[in-house]
Amino acid sequence: MEGLMSLCIGILFAVGVYLILSKSLLRIILGTSLLTHSVHLLLMTMAGLKTGAAPLLGEKAKAVVDPLPQALILTSIVISFGVTAFFFVLAYRAYQTLGTDDVEELRGDEDE
Amino acid sequence: MNNLLVLPLLIPLCTAVALIFLKEKIAAQRLVSAAGALANLAVCCLIVHQVRERGIQTLHMGGWAPPYGIVFVADMLAALLVLTTAVAGLACLVYAFRSIGESRERNYFYPSFQFLLSGVYGSFLTGDIFNLFVCFEVLLIASYALIALGGTKRQLRESLKYLLINIVSSTLFVAAVAYLYAAVGTLNMAHLAERVAEAGQGGMLNVIAVLFLIVFSLKAGLFLFYWLPGSYAAPPYAVRAVFGALLTKVGLYAIIRIFTLVFVHDPLISHSLIGWMAAATMILGSIGAVAYSDMSRILNYNVVIAVGFIAFGISIATSDALNGVVFYLMHDMIAKALLFLLGGLIAAAAGTDRLQEMGGLIRQYPLIGWMFFVLALALVGVPPLSGFAGKVMIIRSGFAEGAYALAAIGLASSFAVLYSLIKVFRHAFWGIERGPKREIAGLRGQMAAAAGLFVLMVAMGLGSEWVYSFVSQAGEVLMQPEIYIRAVLGR
Repeated sequence: MEGLMSLCIGILFAVGVYLILSKSLLRIILGTSLLTHSVHLLLMTMAGLKTGAAPLLGEKAKAVVDPLPQALILTSIVISFGVTAFFFVLAYRAYQTLGTDDVEELRGDEDE
Repeated sequence: MNNLLVLPLLIPLCTAVALIFLKEKIAAQRLVSAAGALANLAVCCLIVHQVRERGIQTLHMGGWAPPYGIVFVADMLAALLVLTTAVAGLACLVYAFRSIGESRERNYFYPSFQFLLSGVYGSFLTGDIFNLFVCFEVLLIASYALIALGGTKRQLRESLKYLLINIVSSTLFVAAVAYLYAAVGTLNMAHLAERVAEAGQGGMLNVIAVLFLIVFSLKAGLFLFYWLPGSYAAPPYAVRAVFGALLTKVGLYAIIRIFTLVFVHDPLISHSLIGWMAAATMILGSIGAVAYSDMSRILNYNVVIAVGFIAFGISIATSDALNGVVFYLMHDMIAKALLFLLGGLIAAAAGTDRLQEMGGLIRQYPLIGWMFFVLALALVGVPPLSGFAGKVMIIRSGFAEGAYALAAIGLASSFAVLYSLIKVFRHAFWGIERGPKREIAGLRGQMAAAAGLFVLMVAMGLGSEWVYSFVSQAGEVLMQPEIYIRAVLGR
């Protein structure tokens, strides 16, 4: 199971990196969200995917899955939500002001 | 257990929340943020005093003993850096009062500033690696707001790049934490150190160590600094001063902490690799500082050179070198804040960033001119000033350990600093006066902030002996991680 997940994470990472290296700003933002998806899955996978109950005491199970990475992922998800929302708004504002979403045209020039 | 440790994080946080409700009342905003900064300065002095008297202080959040809960740790290094942050933050805040402009003040400048500071304090004090990530995000998100606030074309363009590079590095940070958790199964730094020592730092842990090095180098601008010169040229000077003084230093602190505490068992990674990166950073930074005739670029490349120099000290990792690193880190935080504050005054007086269009400012602003000159000497490391002690300790131990090439590059980079800053001084202050005379609005308040830092910097140089007594206590913990581990885990 871990092997399969690793493969998926690898593909997500590759696609994310490919998108980040593209010209259009929107593709770059999509790339960053794919990257964050992949590391969240990575956190989940690296803690081990052994079977066990959901980490709730009411389940009264013998074995539960590791609750710590779930908390870490939850924290990381909201952080990346916040940052992605900001990134989208910033890209929108930049598009309004600068009139382009092509990162090649976002170079600084000497006369500024 | 010592509840005082949470205050440096809590005071700016509460101040920031209070400031959000004072949106339209600018005078009240200034008053509250200044009060918060002053209170924090007092708390930080108290923490340094306590660490000196009673050794490493720890705070178990919620009463959960480590490694199960989050722990805040103030060893002397963290305490000194927190204190320096408080000083530099206060000076930048006072400078911002008179220079940042009303429209920014109305749009949550001060809350963002306080959030940024709370993230910095948290990063210095935390003893948990995922909490370090969260504190990084707190300060980074605040810095995104500060770099974009104002919304000029240049700011928008540069903040897009700054945002992207930091999202990527944060993502890598999470990946590194995931691998580390899988390898050793803990997140508390002291416990990590123990587990890594037990497991032996083999191939797997070395890869993780290098991944952490990449992440923190991206934050600190160590070799992977290509985002820095452009991004730091976008926001107003008050913000640049905070960035230049604090943000890169947080990354450096993380490198110091991780590679003196956790990954200490393979010098090929923790010493050689950092050494190579330091050499490249100093060389490339020097080239940048010498090449440009644009003041903001020159100042930004000076930040890069200092990062390289401190990393050089880390890579030597003898007791003398680490003392030098702590000393130079404190000096550099204060001196870089001052450098950007004076740079802001020069740009305001000349009305431009370009050296060719400046000239003759010394007649109208002699005090700024001579402060800048002395600051340049301090950054180079001329003896009675504050840059000297740290620099001499690092270079001396470089030669003592046989790292001749690195030490030579370190010395040569000092000349690049000297040349680039004196170039600024010569163009801005000497020569004929160009353009109309400009009166700087709110000059007195800005000068007060700069002069305060200046006096502190000179005092730190003259009182090196006294400062060293604190620094050596910090260096001792860095050399012997067992002290840290014992203090945190209580064994």
